[in-house]
Amino acid sequence: MTANQALEPAIRVQGIEKSFKDLHVLRGVNLDVMAGSIFALLGSNGAGKTTLVRILSTLLKADAGTATVHGFDVAAKPGDVRESISLTGQFAAVDEVLTGRENLVLIAKLRHLKNPDAIADDLLARFSLTEAGSRKASTYSGGMRRRLDIAMSLIGNPPIIFLDEPTTGLDPQGRVEVWQTVKELAKGGTTVLLTTQYLDEAEQLADRIAILHKGTIIQNGTLTELKRLLPPAKVEYVEKQPSLEDVFLALVGDTGETDTADDPTDGTVPAGKDLR
Amino acid sequence: MTTHVLSDTGVLTSRSLRHILRSPDTIITTAVTPIALMLLFVYVFGGAINTGSDQSYINYMLPGILLITIASGIAYTAYRLFLDLQGGIFDRFQSMPIARSSVLWAHVLTSLVANLVSVAIVIGVALIMGFRTGASIGVWLAVAGILILFTLALTWLAVIAGLSAKTVDGASAFSYPLIFLPFISSAFAPTDSMPGPVAWFAENQPVTSIVNTIRALFAQEPVGSDIWIALAWLVGTLVVAYAFATAIYRRKIS
Repeated sequence: MTANQALEPAIRVQGIEKSFKDLHVLRGVNLDVMAGSIFALLGSNGAGKTTLVRILSTLLKADAGTATVHGFDVAAKPGDVRESISLTGQFAAVDEVLTGRENLVLIAKLRHLKNPDAIADDLLARFSLTEAGSRKASTYSGGMRRRLDIAMSLIGNPPIIFLDEPTTGLDPQGRVEVWQTVKELAKGGTTVLLTTQYLDEAEQLADRIAILHKGTIIQNGTLTELKRLLPPAKVEYVEKQPSLEDVFLALVGDTGETDTADDPTDGTVPAGKDLR
Repeated sequence: MTTHVLSDTGVLTSRSLRHILRSPDTIITTAVTPIALMLLFVYVFGGAINTGSDQSYINYMLPGILLITIASGIAYTAYRLFLDLQGGIFDRFQSMPIARSSVLWAHVLTSLVANLVSVAIVIGVALIMGFRTGASIGVWLAVAGILILFTLALTWLAVIAGLSAKTVDGASAFSYPLIFLPFISSAFAPTDSMPGPVAWFAENQPVTSIVNTIRALFAQEPVGSDIWIALAWLVGTLVVAYAFATAIYRRKIS
């Protein structure tokens, strides 16, 4: 089975069901994620995204169906699955009492790697955290904490990474930072399964997008394929989101274009009205 | 995977010991209340209590104070475990290829170290206040052994609380009855001075036999049957608490 891993999808989910008491969270989920791709699982709160990620990362057992990750069945070979994955959960799983550097060393030691100190220094540099490396993680901004969180997930170069709502709660700059990181990961050949409730995030990052709604995948395809399905009004709504963000980024002096002039009314641009 | 149990436990224990080093107030807070009680009982109430023995009151009540120290210290173990569960780092550990029992053992060993430090601080203050014993090294080791067993038994109770709590307050609230238990025992006054039902409870609850054993050891008197009753309670509680805690843990991570 492991011999033809390259030909198999990195993640294969077939008929996964999960209930919590009377609540049927997942009602038969099917999806394949190709190795080296970024796969976005899109859905509103309570759609079951986190439950599916928890099943795939061996934190939860499914009631029915099968799932294989990197060729290993999650129920039968959880140990092998854990060797192949990293989970970045919904809430940044960093140790706030430890420094950024100590967090990285901790994970490197738990993965039984040689030279944990060198690994930590390398990742601090890659994630622009060298300066902050000796500070407690509790002093980090949301974006820095998430970057540290993702850096911790990269230790040991797992072939598959799960990112559960990696940008929820981040400001626009933080989101852009995380997006860049994810793109670089996929360039390096890592398979990324990320969940998000933000349309533009899926649009920015994903090779394939699946929409999870009420416990089943209702659509699964590339962005172009999905766009063809959506009524035009919806498309316009999606495209409006990044433009507000561009304005914000331009105003606070980050990336993006600087055309702030198209405001005929009385300059009430930064009203802080987040449409999401 | 079992080959990593020791190294993983070591790595995770040094992590949570670092937590304690960075907030030493948890150890100080643990020691402050028993020290305050000790001052109160020795200098305020103690003169009015007839212990029926010829030892000084501080010698009489120190064993109970040590148990109170540990009972309040283990609340922090439940608290730290609960925070790990809440913060997501617990999930990260569980999704990694590490020995799963090491996550709990790290908290248990940390609890042991922290409580022994608190106990040492309290004994130090007691010595300044006039506590004296002619106990040999062997007797001290016996006392240490009993306190370690007591800490482990209560720590596994704390693990149950930490794993099953819904709120931070819930995680530490379980320790209040444990802290209170020594007051209805032979720790501060002889049980035969208490009214019937209270005396019956005091004589038959675990703290009395443990207190009597430690007191007899320090005074170099025969421990009698108390030590066996104490050991039975300690080992019994430890085994039951460990079994429950690991069962809850297994259900949580399966």
